Amino acid sequence: MPPEKPPSGADTLLRALKDQGVEVIFGYPGGAVLPIYDALFQQNAIRHILVRHEQAAVHAAEGYARSTGRVGVVLVTSGPGATNAVTGLVDALMDSIPVVCLTGQVPTHLIGNDAFQEADTTGITRPATKHNYLVKRGADLARVVHDAFYVARSGRPGPVVVDLPKDILIGPAPYAPPSDAPHRSYRPTTEPDPAAIARAVDVLAAAKRPIIYAGGGVINSGPEAAALLTEFVHLTGFPCTNTLMGLGACPASDPAFLGMLGMHGTYEANLAMHGADVMFNIGARFDDRVTGRLNAFSPGSIKIHADIDPSNINKNVAVEIPIVGDAARVLRALLAEWRRRPAAPDRAALTAWWRQIDQWRARDSLRFTQKHAPGAIIKPQYAVQRLYEICRDSGRDTFISTEVGQHQMWAAQYFKFEKPNRWMTSGGLGTMGYGLPAAMGVQIAHPDALVIDIAGEASILMNIQEMGTLAQYRLPVKIFILNNEYMGMVRQWQELLHGSRYSESYSSALPDFVKLAESFHATGLRAKTVDELDDVIHRMLAIDGPVIADIAVDQKENCFPMIPSGAAHNEMILGPEHAGSAAAVTDEGLMLV
Amino acid sequence: MTRASHDQTHTISVLVDNESGVLARVIGLFSGRGYNIDSLTVGVVDHDRGLSRINVVTTGTPMVIEQIKAQLDRLVPVHRVTDLTVQGPHVAREMAVVKVISTGENRVEGLRIAEAFRARVVDTHVGSFVFELTGAIDKIDAFIELMRPLGLAEVSRTGIAAIMRGAATI
Repeated sequence: MPPEKPPSGADTLLRALKDQGVEVIFGYPGGAVLPIYDALFQQNAIRHILVRHEQAAVHAAEGYARSTGRVGVVLVTSGPGATNAVTGLVDALMDSIPVVCLTGQVPTHLIGNDAFQEADTTGITRPATKHNYLVKRGADLARVVHDAFYVARSGRPGPVVVDLPKDILIGPAPYAPPSDAPHRSYRPTTEPDPAAIARAVDVLAAAKRPIIYAGGGVINSGPEAAALLTEFVHLTGFPCTNTLMGLGACPASDPAFLGMLGMHGTYEANLAMHGADVMFNIGARFDDRVTGRLNAFSPGSIKIHADIDPSNINKNVAVEIPIVGDAARVLRALLAEWRRRPAAPDRAALTAWWRQIDQWRARDSLRFTQKHAPGAIIKPQYAVQRLYEICRDSGRDTFISTEVGQHQMWAAQYFKFEKPNRWMTSGGLGTMGYGLPAAMGVQIAHPDALVIDIAGEASILMNIQEMGTLAQYRLPVKIFILNNEYMGMVRQWQELLHGSRYSESYSSALPDFVKLAESFHATGLRAKTVDELDDVIHRMLAIDGPVIADIAVDQKENCFPMIPSGAAHNEMILGPEHAGSAAAVTDEGLMLV
Repeated sequence: MTRASHDQTHTISVLVDNESGVLARVIGLFSGRGYNIDSLTVGVVDHDRGLSRINVVTTGTPMVIEQIKAQLDRLVPVHRVTDLTVQGPHVAREMAVVKVISTGENRVEGLRIAEAFRARVVDTHVGSFVFELTGAIDKIDAFIELMRPLGLAEVSRTGIAAIMRGAATI
């Protein structure tokens, strides 16, 4: 019998993906990756979703990853395929989303020759990824692919690029299964130091005005971490706030939940952060959107910071008690230590603290006024609130993605999340065009769920081509456009900071979104006045297919509350519903973004 | 806790996989995050295990120095990050080759200074010398300053190689 021919690189690649549990790839073909597409054609284990733009492939993989906790996989060709993916990669890097992106490359002997569709992909994506690889020998291929998945999902998750020259894909590449041996250099700490846990409990148990500040690290750690967080909140009786990335970590309906904090967070969350004497940050990174002016951020608190990435600790804010570890493990250790003692916090002080928080809550910082007369204009807040209420009443498992801007903040404020992994938004990078492809990825992972992209009319146009993908795969994603005919957040900043000079922020020459939906084989709906809103939402949910609902909202509405750039938490602007609140923007603040 | 603002200089040794792109990752980290590089050297130190050692001298506030170490440590091909300045006494040595073009009095004076600095003459021509000098950074700086009025023409420096004193290893 002749010796068995070794498998090709493309075959070995697919086998490695299967062994990593990959079921879906989001991709777009091209010359350099044709061998992979040929191998995909000849198998059934891995499903390929053909997107319309490589950026969308990465966002779709992010949506898939964020809603499932699994690694999202992308396949793009060399040159422009890879460069188009870069925005998605940086988005995943900033938000710590596990993605493996396979990029085609010109054959090894042409690398560096300015060949057709050649780009220095590893060079370009080095600062855009957690790690990247260029496979130069078939013998390395299987090991590198397994390594890429390990790196993407371990520690603080992130995007990993594997650059695959065409000759490696065609030539022989012996298969090797994933290894159980520890990684030779990358072994992040996940188990917290018991001494740090003990010190944290010492401080937490003595707190008089505590606050728990939970971020995306709790979501990334898995649903168990969110359950443990809620358990810890109940056990301690402490108030809890979530970052934009952490929404769903603590149920929105929990009485101890203060809402989101930060630039557009609630009054009670921000003032509690400002007035706290002990802060426990778990899985958040003191982003500038959360802290406001650093030297006035939570000035009187002893800070405990638990993070899986040591480089996040003491980066922006100096903390007294650092804890390096996975969120679920940290919370489990804290719960055990708290119960072992058992810790007895100062209940009288806590009661006084809650009384203070309830006074802040009574300001009702998210209040808005919706006129209900027939023909009245729709307030964007009301549109999101009704969408939330109708989704909740439908009893369906609902996943929300967003684009970036005012609508994103209104979605974060008015859509209430009871569970983790239901909220997909571009937090760190703030990528317009994220929501539609992310919703696609979510719907692929959860075919029976209700998946809604809350969008703005400007952002949605940035990846509108993905309507074609929705049609091809019959993905019943609902696109709920808060259409104010402005890049609303730009307009808001121009109003507040630049003397109402609305430079280039008007969304001119908009398409007819109803006809646009129809041309992409979807259903288009429109609500122009408040009396039409509920009916449009009900019809949107009832349609078994993709829908664009174009909701005309108040063009002048601004997103409040707001901490102006360079201001502190106790200098929030509360908006027109609340008289007598204003913070001037300083010259220094004007320089910030 | 307040942010200490005074700058400190630290010598950091980083053990990395000897693979293509690893130096670019380290340099890119420094430029991308706005950290200083005062000196940087790299060389293979263990062929069997495929390890290289990068020695970097950097300046920043204590918070920035801690950030630099944490950021280096999270790079996938990095095995170990050691702050020699914190670890205790260490030796940090640099080599320089220095070309001096001079005749007459200056030539004699140059040779005399070179002897005092234990610099070796590695190339001699009628009108020029090339000196080779090893030592701490400030010693090399001092030598170069002394040579400047005597016909200093060109300098090439290696950057530092550093190691802990005594039996301790990184």
